Amino acid sequence: MFEIMDKKKIGPEIVQMVIKAPLIAKKAMPGQFIMLRVDEHGERIPLTIAGYDRAAGSITIIFQVVGYTTNDLAQLDPGDHIKDFAGPLGMPSKLEGYSRVLCVGGGVGIAPLFPQIKYLNDKDAFVDVIIGARSAECLILRDEISKSSSNVYIATDDGSLGHKGFVTDVAKDLIEKGNNYDLVIAIGPLVMMKAVSQLTKEYDIHTIVSMNPIMVDGTGMCGGCRVTVGGETLYACVDGPEFDGHLVDFDEAIRRQQMYKKEEQIEHDCKVGRGR
Amino acid sequence: MSIGSKKTPMRVQDPQIRKNNFQEVSLGYTLEEAIKEAKRCIQCKKPRCVGGCPVNINIPKFIDHIAKGEIEKAASVIKETNNLPAVCGRVCPQEEQCEARCILGIKGEPVAIGRLERFAADYTMNLPEGDFVDPISNGIKVGVVGSGPASLAAATDLAKYGYEVHVFEAFHEPGGVLIYGIPEFRLPKGMVKKEIDGLKKLGVQIHTNIIIGKTITVDELLKEGYKAVFIGSGAGLPRFMNIPGENLNGVYSANEYLTRINLMGAYEFPVNHTPVKTGQRIAVVGGGNVAMDAARCALRLGAQEVRIVYRRSHEEMPARREEVHHAGEEGIVFDILTNPVEIIGEDGWVKGLRCVRMELGEPDASGRRRPEAIQGSEFTMETDIVIIAIGTSPNPLITAATKGLDVNDWGGIIVEGETGATTREMVYAGGDAVTGSATVILAMGAGKKAAAAIHKRLSENN
Repeated sequence: MFEIMDKKKIGPEIVQMVIKAPLIAKKAMPGQFIMLRVDEHGERIPLTIAGYDRAAGSITIIFQVVGYTTNDLAQLDPGDHIKDFAGPLGMPSKLEGYSRVLCVGGGVGIAPLFPQIKYLNDKDAFVDVIIGARSAECLILRDEISKSSSNVYIATDDGSLGHKGFVTDVAKDLIEKGNNYDLVIAIGPLVMMKAVSQLTKEYDIHTIVSMNPIMVDGTGMCGGCRVTVGGETLYACVDGPEFDGHLVDFDEAIRRQQMYKKEEQIEHDCKVGRGR
Repeated sequence: MSIGSKKTPMRVQDPQIRKNNFQEVSLGYTLEEAIKEAKRCIQCKKPRCVGGCPVNINIPKFIDHIAKGEIEKAASVIKETNNLPAVCGRVCPQEEQCEARCILGIKGEPVAIGRLERFAADYTMNLPEGDFVDPISNGIKVGVVGSGPASLAAATDLAKYGYEVHVFEAFHEPGGVLIYGIPEFRLPKGMVKKEIDGLKKLGVQIHTNIIIGKTITVDELLKEGYKAVFIGSGAGLPRFMNIPGENLNGVYSANEYLTRINLMGAYEFPVNHTPVKTGQRIAVVGGGNVAMDAARCALRLGAQEVRIVYRRSHEEMPARREEVHHAGEEGIVFDILTNPVEIIGEDGWVKGLRCVRMELGEPDASGRRRPEAIQGSEFTMETDIVIIAIGTSPNPLITAATKGLDVNDWGGIIVEGETGATTREMVYAGGDAVTGSATVILAMGAGKKAAAAIHKRLSENN
């Protein structure tokens, strides 16, 4: 059992939780993820680590309530326990040797981007950050990111803050202005990561994306998280979750994400008292 | 004494009924049936059966106790060398091991050793504990990685030698393949849990949610005072066929399919929140026990037609005869001498399986006749779900994180045969992590050997 030490609502349907997990906190690195199961009937889901505090022995997770499991999780409060919490899994981000980095975060994908921003900033890299969301209220971690980066740029779909439009518009603008980034990190919805990767390919800037496919175990056992990278099938859990964005087959990934849409509907109907 | 030439039959659930439920297929012997079967044993002076058992159970002795109605004594004899009799009595391939050597098998059927082992285990499982002797702890810590058959066997013996044993399991539930792989209808999870409870009573501490190689490394265990580490992490990495279409929606590794159903309880979705795809037509590729398990699960989840697609013939199938027989009874269709060449999709979902018919040529390295494609025999079978059950490889997660732990070409940990000693000092390994996918009992045998070797080594040091 893993105790919830702190919980904060940081956006519409977006929750930040601090979980006591000293062994994981001791090892966690930017880019890695944990697997959790809320209770004995729960599904195992992967969540990319949004922060770790080695001294406090805690791991921060940030999630949006999008389905059954995240909804169950959001019902818990500080002092409550999560049944299972395992990690850190996956390979840490490869951030060494980069000095001018553009980080692009979309929606709740801003959360797993934060440890990388912090890590790069601590290593004295120049870090520009673009964060984007549906509207201003969905833009999470703005203050934290401002403190750990050189410049923060904002894009919202509805124009409630910053540029009205996509993060890729802002990225293109920054690249065109002559910012010689040697690395772009994009984390967010698959369509956003695909768009950023297409853009940076034109400029030949190495781009890392973080995949978050369906997984059961997170240790290489199920193969459910297969991603085609450069024509080769890789497992996001052990080979990733970060891959070269220019090599990822996003269309396949988007399709595979739809695998259990029908079942999610059944669960949803259950929850609201319809159906079986 | 009259010796029947045939085994006392064991009752099974009717195929037409059991194909719709996940309850156990084989129902076990009654006391009368067990005694009757035990009396078939002629108590050979030089019993050949014992040599066929990877953990050398004193078979004639336990059978003699059953024949005399002394079931608790029978169970004690088995437990001297095998701490998981309820599991082994169900899933061991006795027909290739102990029973294959039974003298009665020459003219008739061998003694049903497996069924008797299961009977003794089940019969005594719910009885109150006897005069249980708590092993005297020597205070020396030993780590065991994984909690499948190899690890459970090693942990049991190490605990009996007096070590403070800590088992580390990556999943939320101990048992390894016994829990995630073998379905409820073949090995009820309640049985596995009870056997593991027995281990806990020996003082073994089981830590779940710990991924050795990630959460803690083998080196850290050794540094933190563990005097030896046994790795029994299994062969968890699924193999795919590398044919076009394998990443379509609706294609599963057998590992994923079975884990969703067994460990996560997807057959009770949405009570359990893990879903699994159900379909009308399901094709399972492979001919081993895992393929049979996946096919029979698919049937129980409501599929109208489940096909086993296997490139060799019935004779070469690695699955146990009994499992193939049970699958056939339940209505699984066998497409033998058939090899998939492509998975056909429509809008990203599986639509069909393109296959080619095969014929058997000369024997290959495995001694089995090599299947060769028949030119122009390609055809497409319609299917909604494809499950790939062509084997697994050792998981590289631990070996990649442990310097100096050597593996062979296909990822198996290299060990010294008799002891299980790896290329790392005080690190031992056994089971599928060493051999690649094999049987529960072979893994247990390897776990016991390693436990004995660890004990010998640590005794010398003190």
